[in-house]
Parts: sequence; structure tokens; C-alpha cells
Amino acid sequence: MADRRTLQAEMISAHSGPAPGYGMQRDLEVCKLVDTTTCIGCKACEVACAEWNDLPFSPTTFDNTYQTMPETRWNFWNLIKFNEHQNPDGTIQWLMRKDQCMHCADPGCLAACPADGAIVKYANGIVDFNQENCIGCEFCVSGCPFNIPRFNPETKRVYKCTLCSDRVGEGLEPACIKACPTGCLKFGTKDDMKFIGEERAKQLRENFGWQNAGVYDPQSVGGTHVIYVLHDATDPERYGDLPKNPQIPWSYTVWKWLFKPVLGTFALFGFLGVLFHYVTSGPRRTQPEPPEKDGADANINV
Amino acid sequence: MPISTSSAVQRFDDKARESFESVGQTTVYRGELLRHPVYTRLLHWMVALFFFLALFTGFAIYLPWLFRWFTPIFGGGPLSRVMHPWFGVGFVFFFGLQALNWLQPMIWTAADSNWTRNMGKIVSGEAKMDPPDTGFFNAGQKIQFWEIVGGCVAYLITGIILWAGARTFGRISVAISYVVHDISALIMLGGIFIHIYESTFGQPGTFQSMIRGAVSEAWAWTFHPAWYKQVAGRDPQQACEEARRQMTTGSKP
Ligand code: HEM
Ligand code: SF4
Ligand code: SF4
Repeated sequence: MADRRTLQAEMISAHSGPAPGYGMQRDLEVCKLVDTTTCIGCKACEVACAEWNDLPFSPTTFDNTYQTMPETRWNFWNLIKFNEHQNPDGTIQWLMRKDQCMHCADPGCLAACPADGAIVKYANGIVDFNQENCIGCEFCVSGCPFNIPRFNPETKRVYKCTLCSDRVGEGLEPACIKACPTGCLKFGTKDDMKFIGEERAKQLRENFGWQNAGVYDPQSVGGTHVIYVLHDATDPERYGDLPKNPQIPWSYTVWKWLFKPVLGTFALFGFLGVLFHYVTSGPRRTQPEPPEKDGADANINV
Repeated sequence: MPISTSSAVQRFDDKARESFESVGQTTVYRGELLRHPVYTRLLHWMVALFFFLALFTGFAIYLPWLFRWFTPIFGGGPLSRVMHPWFGVGFVFFFGLQALNWLQPMIWTAADSNWTRNMGKIVSGEAKMDPPDTGFFNAGQKIQFWEIVGGCVAYLITGIILWAGARTFGRISVAISYVVHDISALIMLGGIFIHIYESTFGQPGTFQSMIRGAVSEAWAWTFHPAWYKQVAGRDPQQACEEARRQMTTGSKP
């Protein structure tokens, strides 16, 4: 995708009019649309994810709900979160939300990560972990507002959904999209997914009585490359810890880019300071110092 | 030979101090004073060793793009990350013992407030000798000591939070801890430059106190006059003047 865009002719010498085709390609950014209103909780996407990414088997714990396991794991990146929600009028809602990395436009994991090249964000919006550069500090866990990165104690590296960057790079849709039987998962450009999501939300508002239906694309992290259609966009928390206003701690933004280098330099001044002292006032010697060679007493002001 | 000049109080580590004295040895020649017994010296160098191990492995996590040439010495980033907390624990453990060892001589006194007021003169070398009431440790050493005590507490609390990670303590406590941990390291690093300088080039004659355990009497009356008076029983100023007379006339005692 990126290649086609960069090899697109922008200007052509001695050509009349604009370069043919320039500006024709639309959005470069990809996006996954998850419509929670049509998810039936079949877990086909969970299986497809584990299958395509060759994730080793992970024993599950059954907790009397329709959820495969309590949380995503280093070898289980895609989990349908099940929540039973009671509406004020007493009716019950079964909420299914596909939990995975949101591929944030401002990824908190990447801001927090201290290792060069352990996390990359591609121009198409995919945020990918490169385990060969990861030092296993788990700062990404603290930086991520969606509680996504998972540590493998054996390899001491961190793992999460790749948005099937390997498939997308080949022009294929992610494995979960391919497996979904209801069409609740869609994949395409961010513009298109946003458009389809908004259309669906409008439909829910106008035809199904979900007055607060809307699209979840939180701007506090610059938007995400996985977006949800929610029955009630004013209360994303009810879908199992989907934060209303996801935030990256300031210590990963301001501190890292400003104070780290500044204070590092400051500590170095300790070294420069003593060097300066040595060449200017020099060492303090035990008293009395021996007289200077010409016989003058060097210690007049004892 | 008395094992310690710094404290006569019966303490839990008295036994360790005695047994270390029989393992290592301290020779105090004529004209010298015992400064640091074997136990203290051993602790000091264990503290220094673990401090630098923790510091250098910490670089890998602090500014990896600046220290990527350096981390391979410790087996690369991941191993540095695994070892760093253990080195830190070693540092805090040995410094903890040292802190108990030095608690008594490190208590702040009126002499230290006096020393701090005269710090400009002392550091600039204008005052050739430290103030007459300067005891076993001077105020500068005490400030550094208590800074490290505070730093160790900060390291320990924030370090455990970072070690167990956001899974255990939540993402916000990790985000705060890491800033506190950084600041603590930077203050200590700045202080260590000064410490190493003062105990080697800045004050010739100091280094051997942590190597051989003994210092010259001249060193003692110059930098710690009150301590000199206490252990040698002579007036430091007088002793210095006497030495000067001998030196200028060339006569031997
Ligand atoms: C190569 C590095 C170091 C050298 C050459 C060195 C040398 C010395 C010497 C000679 C003394 C005795 C001072 C005296 O008797 O008055 C001393 C004391 C001390 N050292 Fe170190 N040291 C080093 C590293 C460290 C480190 C890394 C720490 C802790 C983080 C440390 C903590 C202390 C403390 C708290 C004292 C007692 C107070 C003071 O003299 O400042 N030292 N050191
Ligand atoms: S959801 Fe978390 S792991 Fe995924 S890109 Fe955003 S911050 Fe990173
Ligand atoms: S654990 Fe997370 S923050 Fe740490 S190096 Fe690996 S990817 Fe980066």
C-alpha cells in the first residue's frame, strides 16, 4: 500500500495539467470496524487469530460466562469480552466486545517504551511490537490505556495483536475479519470504516431506539485504528473496561522527551563541576604542606 | 587494637565487625590513625560495586539510544533489565548494613551547621584546614550519607513497583515510580562524582582510609580536627604548628 503511494507520480516534466492519477488514492490508513451490536460471541475470530499467528495453546478458565478466559494473554491476543449489563428499566443486555490492541494513532505503549525499535508504528496506522528489540521492562503495559501488552515470563518479551501486519502488508484483511460469520467485523481504510460505522450508528439511533448509539474512536489518543460501534457511546465502560477518555501518563510524554535528556546533562555537571574545581582551586592538601622550593612558606594563611 | 573509633555502643553487628577484623587486616603505622575497620571497608566496596552495576545496567533502560554501545557489556538490553533489580537489591542491602554501621557518627550536630555555613571557604580552599569542631565525618559527608539513605528508600519502594510492574500495581503508580526512580538515580549520580573526587584527587590522602583503613595524623588534624583531638588527645592546631616548625627547620622529632 505504502509502496503504491510513494511511487505515485506527483509531477511530470513538460506535462500539461496535473500528473495523471495524483491524489486519486484515498486514505493510506487502515482500520478495523467492530460492530458490537451484531457480534454473537461465536469466538471464530479468537480461533482465527490463534491459528494465523501460530499462538500456542493456552488452557482456559471457565467462570460461568460466555467469555473464553478472564483476560487476553501473551499467546491470546483477541478476546470477546462478555458483560451482562442491566439497564435502568430492568432489562438485561448481553454485551460482546472484541478486545484487542486498538492501534492508537498516539500509542502510549510506544511513548513509554525505552528500547530502540521494540515498538513501531507504520504509516498505515498499525502498531507492531518487534520482540527481538524488546528488553522486557513492561513500561508499555503502564503506557497503554487499554491494558493490552502481555508479558511472557519465559521469553521475557511482550506480545499483542499485530493487526495481522503480515497479512495487511500483502493486501489481505486480518485473520479475524476473514473468520467473522455475521459481518460484524469489517476492514478497510479509516475513512471508509468511519463512514460505515457512523451509518450503522445512525441506523441504530433512528430505527432501533438506541438513542446514544455511536462510534468509539477516542480522540484523546488521536483516534484508533480499531473502532467500535456501541449501543451507547456515552458509556463505553460497560463493555468491560473500555475507557471513556483513554490517557497516556505525562511521565511518558513530557518527562521522557524533555526532562530525561535535560536532567541527564545536569547529572553530568557533577563530573564537570569536580573537574572545574580541580583545575581552578585544586586539591586541598593535608597541612602543613612542605615549603616551596625557593624557601618561601606556602602556607601563609593557615 | 580497638576495632572501631566511631562507636562504643554495643550493637547487633559487633560480632561481624570482630570476625571481619580477623579475616582482613589493618596495619596502622606510626604517625597514622585507624580510620575504617575491615567490616566498614568491605561494606563500602560492596556498596560501590553494586551501585555501579545497578547504574550501568540502569543506563540501558534510562536512555537506550545513548547507551546502546554500552549495554552489550552486560549481555544486552534484556539481560540488563533482568539483572538491574538484583544489583539494586544488592546495593540497598549492603548500604543498609553500612547505614546501621555509620548511624551514630552520621548524626547531625551543631558543628555540621557551622561547617555548612563555612562551606564556600572550605571548598574553595581558602580555609586550609576544616573548622576545629569538625568530627569523624564532616557535614558534606553527612549530607551525602543521608541523601543516599533517602535515595535507597525511594529506590526500594519505586523499584519494587517497577519490578512487579503495571500488572500488579496499576499503570499510574508505575508511571509515577519511574520518574521518582530516575530523579533519585540522577541526584545520586551527581553526588557520586563529587564523592569520588573528594576521596581521591580532591583531598589527597583520603583514599587509603578505605583501602588500608588508616590515615596520616596530618590528614586527621587537617580535615577532621575534633576527631583528631578525640583519638590522639592532642590539640590539632598545635600539632600542625609543631609539624610545620619541624618541616621548616628540617629537624626530626
Ligand atoms: C570508586 C568509587 C569510590 C571511591 C574511590 C570511594 C572512596 C571513599 C572513601 C575514601 C571514603 C572514606 C572517606 C573518609 O574516610 O572520610 C568513602 C566513604 C563513603 N563512601 Fe565511598 N567511594 C566510592 C564509591 C562510593 C559509592 C558508589 C557509594 C554509595 C553510593 C559510596 C558511599 C560512601 C559513603 C556514604 C561514605 C561515608 C561518607 C563519606 O565519606 O562521604 N562510595 N568513600
Ligand atoms: S491499544 Fe495499547 S498496545 Fe495497542 S497501540 Fe494503543 S497503547 Fe499500544
Ligand atoms: S516490555 Fe514493552 S516497553 Fe519494555 S522494551 Fe518491551 S515493548 Fe518496550
